[in-house]
Amino acid sequence: MKLREVAEATGAKVICGERHLNDEVDSAFGSDMMSDVLAYVKPTTLVLTGMVNSHVIRTADMLDIKCLLFVRGKCVTQEIIDSAQEREMVILSTPMTMYEACGRLYGTGLPACSKE
Amino acid sequence: MVIYSESYRVNKGDFSTAGEASAKIKGALKRMGLNPAIIREVAISSYELELNLVIHSEGGELILEVGDGVLSLISSDCGPGIADTSLVMQEGYSTAPESVRAMGFGAGMGLPNVKRHSHSFSLESELGKGTRIVASYNI
Repeated sequence: MKLREVAEATGAKVICGERHLNDEVDSAFGSDMMSDVLAYVKPTTLVLTGMVNSHVIRTADMLDIKCLLFVRGKCVTQEIIDSAQEREMVILSTPMTMYEACGRLYGTGLPACSKE
Repeated sequence: MVIYSESYRVNKGDFSTAGEASAKIKGALKRMGLNPAIIREVAISSYELELNLVIHSEGGELILEVGDGVLSLISSDCGPGIADTSLVMQEGYSTAPESVRAMGFGAGMGLPNVKRHSHSFSLESELGKGTRIVASYNI
């Protein structure tokens, strides 16, 4: 699924990384626990989270994640945007809750990711 | 024979810099031109071990050693040690405080995740002395 389609399905704003919106993800994982993200996620996984701090970007960087979708309309700080841009990550933000955003994406056929 | 070795100090409770050592290790491995899939596995282990040092230890170091065909990541700290090493290898077992969980860590996945993402894994710990963990990779 293209990141552009992820944004459309969840009514998300593109915070940064517009030029990578044609990149694709093949699964998704939603969690506010970065410990669980570290245990489950592959480089081709879309991560949905309501946790907004610098550790989210560091975690994504270690995992070679290309795109983060922040849920619940959380404010994304400039520090986070700058860090994401340095790493050429796409940051999306939706006002939807985690449950709704995951449900919409699952409904389009984007599957869950399983532990590696 | 070790052909490259670098150690990185990790301070107790210092979340502002947590992850920097792992980012440096990942950068060093990229410069060496290692397989990206191996680099990612090492980076995940390194980040987990670094966070554990910040959250649970009295301070310690992460050491990267690269030899002929083998890469080792060593976490060594100066206490407090682990009372029951079998418990920390159970997914979901955690002694992390609520303040750490509020940042998204301390779910009790760390050491099992390091073991899963390494080719060989060893853990030695003594209460009051410290813990030494070695995660190794065939490269």
